[in-house]
Amino acid sequence: MADVDITSQTMDGMGPHGTRVGLLRVLGPAHVWALGVGIVLVGEYMGWNFAVGKGGAYAALIACWFAGLLYTCVAMIDSEVTSTVASAGGQYTQAKHIIGPLMAFNVGLYLVFAYTMLEAANAITAGYLFSVVASMTGHAAELDQRPFIILVIMFLAWLNYRGVLATLTFNLVITAIAFGAIIILFLSTSGILGGGIMDHAALFEGHELPYGWIGVLAAMHFGLWYYLGIEGTTQAAEEVRSPARALPFGTLAGIMTLLIAATLTWYVCSGILPWEYLGDGVDGAVAPLFDAARLSGSTGLVWLLGFGTLFATLASANGCINDASRACFAMGRDKYLPGWFGAVHPRHRTPYRAIIFLVPIALIFALGAPLDQVITFSILSGLLGYTFMPLNIILFRRKWPLETIKRGYEHPFHPIPAITLLTLCGITFFAVFLGYGTQLVAMIGFYIVVSLWFHFWRYRFVNRGAQFTMPWPKPRGY
Amino acid sequence: MRAHYRPPQQGKISQLIDVIVLVVLTIGALFVPLWLNMAGAAKSVAQPIENPTWEALGQTPAQAAKYEALGHTPQTAHDLILARFDYSFPVGALVTMIAVILLYYFLLLRFSEAEYRDVIAEKFGE
Repeated sequence: MADVDITSQTMDGMGPHGTRVGLLRVLGPAHVWALGVGIVLVGEYMGWNFAVGKGGAYAALIACWFAGLLYTCVAMIDSEVTSTVASAGGQYTQAKHIIGPLMAFNVGLYLVFAYTMLEAANAITAGYLFSVVASMTGHAAELDQRPFIILVIMFLAWLNYRGVLATLTFNLVITAIAFGAIIILFLSTSGILGGGIMDHAALFEGHELPYGWIGVLAAMHFGLWYYLGIEGTTQAAEEVRSPARALPFGTLAGIMTLLIAATLTWYVCSGILPWEYLGDGVDGAVAPLFDAARLSGSTGLVWLLGFGTLFATLASANGCINDASRACFAMGRDKYLPGWFGAVHPRHRTPYRAIIFLVPIALIFALGAPLDQVITFSILSGLLGYTFMPLNIILFRRKWPLETIKRGYEHPFHPIPAITLLTLCGITFFAVFLGYGTQLVAMIGFYIVVSLWFHFWRYRFVNRGAQFTMPWPKPRGY
Repeated sequence: MRAHYRPPQQGKISQLIDVIVLVVLTIGALFVPLWLNMAGAAKSVAQPIENPTWEALGQTPAQAAKYEALGHTPQTAHDLILARFDYSFPVGALVTMIAVILLYYFLLLRFSEAEYRDVIAEKFGE
């Protein structure tokens, strides 16, 4: 089983699993950056501002930086493991090789749900944006957003169905425009180009920490939204030309981009919008950067940020479909899910069945649940995934010390990033508990039930030794 | 050397049932708390103000000007400004949450380890 080099630059993926047709190796580091940042950048355009609602503007900034620290640890750890476990499924495949099948099944589900829910949140935002544009252009009645939500999900699923290179090249272009829009908004409203309209001191007066320090803790919940999804770069592992180089480079460049974008976003929005309005992402600022542009009085900025918001939602939903389908596909290939999902399209070379299957799931959530609940569902799945990562890297280093497997990237200061990540995950669990405790328990209850279902039923269909596909030596201690 | 485990072939109907089970559980995890009105995040206004003004809502002139630019009046912004989360919680709820999370990871790591030993034994031989 280990006679095929999965990191080969000349052959397509899938070889280790014995299938005839594999995913195409056509992507470079820029596509990896576009996949990671493309998924996440929408977090600056919508959703992060719920953190303001949970703790106030300063709390959201502190959450922004601590969540940034959390994701820096995620990116460092992920880059090391992924540069070695270069396979579709990302963290799912890592868990399968390092911790065990049940953990892998859970991690696979975290990925599928985190990305599918994020896709649903994106579609909701796109629908909202169309309704705002309609009212701004003179449409009197309230626009029905549902056709636009359905259209967004169907169009992007079709794009993903057709091929990964076109999908991620599309992402690269629209992500770059959306990132550029944030920079231009910052330059235009801060006084660097023209007159500034920000007034942090006046807007914060009397509302510095409206909930006190517990609000800072609570804000960590939605602080994750600034960066959620950057770990999705690993899903492209079987489709990049040089996994050991492109994945760490694209991931680390991505987190640096996001740290800049998140801080600028907070600075612009909190200096223009009152915190209560900014913090209410349902009845207040659904798309805060767009709202900030509206208050700038510049028609050009309104259009730019309107397109920026639309592009960010499309890029994110696009990347989410890509990642969720790869995780679903990888689990189907190993029979963790029915093998039907593990098929590759004979012409387009995409996991087309997984892509199609996830369309109605995303639609159910996008059309049937409020935005903050969908985001919370996504964040919780992501958070469970981040809690897995420190365990993963500690066991990886213990079972295969540095001298036993050559890594494409070795992250420094081990185990400090792992311990930091675990601590921040614990804090974030508490933050979610503050206000969304029922969802947290419901979600964990769901994962306990499906874990028992997998262990006592589903696992019988899985090949034991054959699922270990990496050409590694026997792990220490076994 | 341990004999290789040969998994049974799963029929199409059985595959379909497995998918349905997962989908139903997934939808239930999100929608059941919503249907039962147990989903958190309910912000509420503790002390409504009868005839709100910007001053009564605790807004400075600069803050009020922003609300007006956004198209709000003190009446339309009343709930937006005054609604707050309630972060008080019973200790029992926190202990329950911690216990559920620890139980989950205990199950996960214990079952995973047992399965992993089988994988390694079959892959590398005992």
